[in-house]
Amino acid sequence: MVNFKPTEEQELLRDTLQNFAREVIRPQAREADENDRIAPELVQKGWELGLVQAAIPEEHGGYGGTRSAVGSAIELEELAYGDLATTMHLVAPRLFTVPLIVAGTPEQRAAWLPRFCNGAFTPATAAFVEPVWNFDPRKPATRAERRGGDYVITGKKCLVPLADRAAAILVYAKTDDGIGAFIVEPGTAGVTVGPREKNLGIHALDTFPVTFESVRVPAAQRLGGEGASVQALIDASRVATAALAVGVSRAAFDYARDYAKERKAFGVAIARKQAIAFMLADMATEVDAMRLLAWEAAWRIDKGLSATREAYLARHYAAQASLKIADNALQVLGGHGYIRDHLVELFLRNARGFAMLDGLAIV
Amino acid sequence: MIDFELSETTKAVQQMVHAAAEQMMRPISRECDEREHEKPWDFLNAMWGASRGVTMGGGDAPKDGQSKPKGPSENTLRACITTEELCWGDVGLYLSIPNSGLGGAAIAAAGTPEQKKRFLSRFQEGEPKWGAMAITEPGCGSDSAAIQTTAVRDGDHWVLNGTKIFCTSGLMAAEKSKGFVVVWATLDRSAGRAGIRAFVVEAGTPGMYVTKVEHKLGIRASDTATIVFEDCRIPLDNILGSAEIKQSKGFKGAMATFDATRPIVAASAVGVARAALDFVKETLATNGIEIRYGAPLHTLTALERDVIEMEAQVQAARLLVWRAAWMMDNGLHNNLEASMCKSKAGLVVTQVTQKAVEIMGPLGFSRELLVEKWMRDAKISDIYEGTQQINQLIIARRILGYSSEELR
Repeated sequence: MVNFKPTEEQELLRDTLQNFAREVIRPQAREADENDRIAPELVQKGWELGLVQAAIPEEHGGYGGTRSAVGSAIELEELAYGDLATTMHLVAPRLFTVPLIVAGTPEQRAAWLPRFCNGAFTPATAAFVEPVWNFDPRKPATRAERRGGDYVITGKKCLVPLADRAAAILVYAKTDDGIGAFIVEPGTAGVTVGPREKNLGIHALDTFPVTFESVRVPAAQRLGGEGASVQALIDASRVATAALAVGVSRAAFDYARDYAKERKAFGVAIARKQAIAFMLADMATEVDAMRLLAWEAAWRIDKGLSATREAYLARHYAAQASLKIADNALQVLGGHGYIRDHLVELFLRNARGFAMLDGLAIV
Repeated sequence: MIDFELSETTKAVQQMVHAAAEQMMRPISRECDEREHEKPWDFLNAMWGASRGVTMGGGDAPKDGQSKPKGPSENTLRACITTEELCWGDVGLYLSIPNSGLGGAAIAAAGTPEQKKRFLSRFQEGEPKWGAMAITEPGCGSDSAAIQTTAVRDGDHWVLNGTKIFCTSGLMAAEKSKGFVVVWATLDRSAGRAGIRAFVVEAGTPGMYVTKVEHKLGIRASDTATIVFEDCRIPLDNILGSAEIKQSKGFKGAMATFDATRPIVAASAVGVARAALDFVKETLATNGIEIRYGAPLHTLTALERDVIEMEAQVQAARLLVWRAAWMMDNGLHNNLEASMCKSKAGLVVTQVTQKAVEIMGPLGFSRELLVEKWMRDAKISDIYEGTQQINQLIIARRILGYSSEELR
């Protein structure tokens, strides 16, 4: 039966993360952006929320919670409300652990998941995006060719979070039977992590280009074994992108709304002018629409239904809506919105990324 | 727990209603558009038989006059689902189906148990009947607090005087069936919104005249009437809510009707939008053009981008409708969400149907197909039951915490 109310457990976690986003993440968002760096102490605090460990089965040392795409979407929205780059850093290990939990072989899970159940932040990541203007996730140029008992991976990836310190990278590559994901340790011969990237948004997130030159990995390191499809993971990453976009959009909306109630023009708060009030009304409506689309796609993932179309539509919608919301938020602040004293220009730069940042987070 | 699965009952109803829309509405859709004021009686009689007793607010009309049972239900959501299906069939015909309509929704929302029984039980039996709501006047639309129609007490009666326009099914409700018209009038013009009350006028009451039936851009199968009240006398207990002016509850009660009806009207917009979207997608599929969800931008044709955008917009509107309806069903205050879904759906259906005409090219422009009709039908969704702008105003007041004085 149709229901729009999260479970009590989800609401509890949402409230906790909302506090964390407001009290811990948001206050350092500007500094992190300016310095291209997130303080390790904050990363450690984030780790202690258990975002990565929660869905890891107890037998591997995790909390044994059920992986829920809806729950993840709720979490990502709350965290991204604080700051997008910080959120992506905190949940980067999930780019590796979630695929293992949902699609890994028993051996892969046993070998890797326990490493993420320690007291300290354990970086891991995925290499998904490629540095070309016409990147097509269904046809990556990175190839994995079967040679005897191994796969040989060749190609260039970019926007790989935390690649310089990751314990493992899940590399998405074209295979003879479709697209595979491969567990690669950064120390493997042929893996080169390039210089830290500089992007329009998410300044504080350490992302890197990674080159794979005839990198040889045993066939047993193909996620899920021979022939395993990664479409479900691509869908899950799109839902994550959409959920992050909801958080950033809500942040931009709240910021503009609060400003509009304070700022006076012609003797009254500008929020009392319809030109501003109606922009805010549309922003609020779009934030809710984005969230519902993301939730629906996530719900389909949790139900085991095909979610490729819904995840794509949700992300498509979220990418467009968030850009418009952030742009309008900046417009509400006028010249002040253009100044880096306020956060709205950061929200706008971040929002621009959602159309192209699939694969940097996962639900 | 978040869930997007309709109950089995609702799904069964949805299928049944869809079949009716396809088999009974689509075949006469064009004809009823062209013959603007002729009633398709076979269809109307069949619908009266099938849907008797359902009020537009979603709940079943209480036979015994008692209010709806407390606790969660799926009534409003189910009403939204059936409305979407029927309007996928034909929104003009949907609006002309005999039922208690918006007037019934007002009585269901603001009437006493006795009033509900007296006015609504008739929709369970006998000949087809219509209920209508008369708010708009020649001099005021969205600003319903500026209503000029007066209600003056004279002994055991209220005496109504004024002119109402744009009254959906007004002709059928006032003169052509044993229905009623719910009329908004003021007890005291100087009291502003506090003086506004709704009054139920039985069909055929002396002093109530239909003077005009409009010719419209779309929804031509539905009659839109001008009703004049000249010393129209109605019983004292036909007022909805208290006659005490100090109690501002009267106006609020009438406005609360919109919380129930806006999701339904938004659902009708989604139905029309889906009709256009389905038609475009079927045409493309027949011609071997596939929509590639998830393909990167550089490989997508402009056409695919248009269709993807239409689909995302329609689904966004639909989910906003579902949420507002779900809130209603669960006893949550949904004034904000009802306006959100209405403003969104009205805009979406307008844009989607206009895009559909563009995509279909000369065929879309031709009256051979229904696409141009859907575009004409669509536009009213952006206007009635609160224009997009009025709904934006309501949303803005809610999210900003402003009163109607602070944000005009």
